[in-house]
Amino acid sequence: MAKLTIDDLKKIKEQTSKATSLRHGDANVKVTVHMGTCGIAAGAREVMNALMEEMAEADRQDIRVVASGCMGMCSSEPNVTIERQDGEPIVYQHMDSNRMRQVFKRHVLLGEVQTDFALAKM
Amino acid sequence: MRELSLHILDIAENGITAGATCIHILVDEARSGNLLTLKIEDNGRGMPTDKLEKLKDPFVTSRTTRRVGLGLPLLAAAAERCDGSIDVKTKPDIGTEVLATFAYNHIDRAPIGDMASTITTLILGNPKVDFVYTHIIDGNDFILDTRELREDPDDLLLSDPMVIYHLTQSIRERLSNLATNQT
Repeated sequence: MAKLTIDDLKKIKEQTSKATSLRHGDANVKVTVHMGTCGIAAGAREVMNALMEEMAEADRQDIRVVASGCMGMCSSEPNVTIERQDGEPIVYQHMDSNRMRQVFKRHVLLGEVQTDFALAKM
Repeated sequence: MRELSLHILDIAENGITAGATCIHILVDEARSGNLLTLKIEDNGRGMPTDKLEKLKDPFVTSRTTRRVGLGLPLLAAAAERCDGSIDVKTKPDIGTEVLATFAYNHIDRAPIGDMASTITTLILGNPKVDFVYTHIIDGNDFILDTRELREDPDDLLLSDPMVIYHLTQSIRERLSNLATNQT
């Protein structure tokens, strides 16, 4: 039986060169990927994959990622909502992995809203 | 849906929406028996029986954000066009079990796809939910149980993006070993 154990996971953690300290305190940025049937069929998982890679690269301790359900705007899926403490929540539409990378680098990290991809302010 | 792993992601998210704290996911590839079985089990609040009867009707849904629910009807259609079937059992406050079967070699069967991404997407997006993922290929199995990977309930190891990234790679590697029978 092949099982992934906590030791394997610790090894995985050790393999990563950067020291990954545990997260404490409040998140400064919350990234919500909407994952209803519509979002998943439109490619939300690929968006999530790109987000995971960008997160691993940025190694920031204050960013939270959340998966949520459909918000009723299926025609604009995949949707991603970015909530920064210093700004209004922005919903992005028709996301793909490249758009996600741009939004992560510009909006999540630097606070510059990417109006080209934005659907709405909330 | 292009991949069966996306159906699994979808059904598992339904379970989480229903308040589940632990989701069991089983993928059983019995290549020699020409049978593919998927099972997604949650401990959420369950479905009312009148909804269960109308499971395959896309215009019946318990959601309030829109009037159609396509998750289960799509999975049912995917299974039925591959000489398979879908079976849903539900009990109020105990949970729901979705079982789908496919003829493994059916020409219309979608590929299983990227299970590793499905699992880590679920883990990263839902830090408070546990997942037990079992993947069997011709009797050889791989198990990932997040309950064993957390040392205590507040352990944040699994919300670390670096760990998640390497976990994805690690699951992919294990699954490809499983498929080529090098366990």
